[in-house]
Amino acid sequence: MADRKKLLFDAGLILFFLLAALALYLGLAAGRESGGWAVVRVDGEVTGRYSLSENGTYPLNGGSNILVIEDGQAWLSDADCPDKLCVQQGRVRYTGQVITCLPNRLTVTIEGGEDSGVDIIVG
Amino acid sequence: MKTKKLTVLALTIAVAMILSYLESMIPAFVAIPGIKMGLANIAVVFALYKLGWKEAAGVSLLRVVLVSLLFGHLASFFYSFAGAVLSLLGMILLKKTERFSEVAVSVTGGVLHNVGQIAMACILLETDVVRFYLPFLILSGTLAGVVIGVAAAILVRRVKVEV
Repeated sequence: MADRKKLLFDAGLILFFLLAALALYLGLAAGRESGGWAVVRVDGEVTGRYSLSENGTYPLNGGSNILVIEDGQAWLSDADCPDKLCVQQGRVRYTGQVITCLPNRLTVTIEGGEDSGVDIIVG
Repeated sequence: MKTKKLTVLALTIAVAMILSYLESMIPAFVAIPGIKMGLANIAVVFALYKLGWKEAAGVSLLRVVLVSLLFGHLASFFYSFAGAVLSLLGMILLKKTERFSEVAVSVTGGVLHNVGQIAMACILLETDVVRFYLPFLILSGTLAGVVIGVAAAILVRRVKVEV
């Protein structure tokens, strides 16, 4: 029956997507290490770097988002957008992890474990 | 274009917009941008099977433009548009193989919509870090795609329109 054959193809395709998601997840999780800096970008431009070893609270992007760093973890404690998805994204600490606020086009990325030598801190 | 086809097409676009609006009222339940049900894809898959691929493209792209104008903002338009184009290409090609049912077509549409959005986010935010969301977006696109595909398959069989 043609429909049964289609069902088999469907199942194969669904399995393929699920395996692709799993493989990607494992691949991305493998290269994980504790980061040293929370790098803030607005529209892709770096607007600030904050050391994860120093606790503090920093208003970002003219106060649209509030960055908190404590015990080597970074998170956004508040935002002026209605959905506050970036606040719900929780705490990040590993290199490559990222918090994204699409309405304000702002990202906070955890980068390199070592001192980069240059630390531009812009409020 | 026959009047009847035009009417059915217009009705399908209206349904797609209503589904988008309904979905916008469901609060985001996961803290990853881009994860959603994709209810409007029911209308697109329906159009793809009942009306043809050009009509499905019309439904999808017009929906994105109209919904962005009515309820969205510019950034959301670019994300949705990139997602819709990639999703349409995948669904049209997959349907042409005639090996898959509406469910697989819808799953492909859901996954590619998310991939297109992420790709656009990478371009607009000039960073590749949002790729860390990709596994979760593929997973959610697949699961939502199955539900949407089953709904669309039922509609394609039950709704009697000859155009």
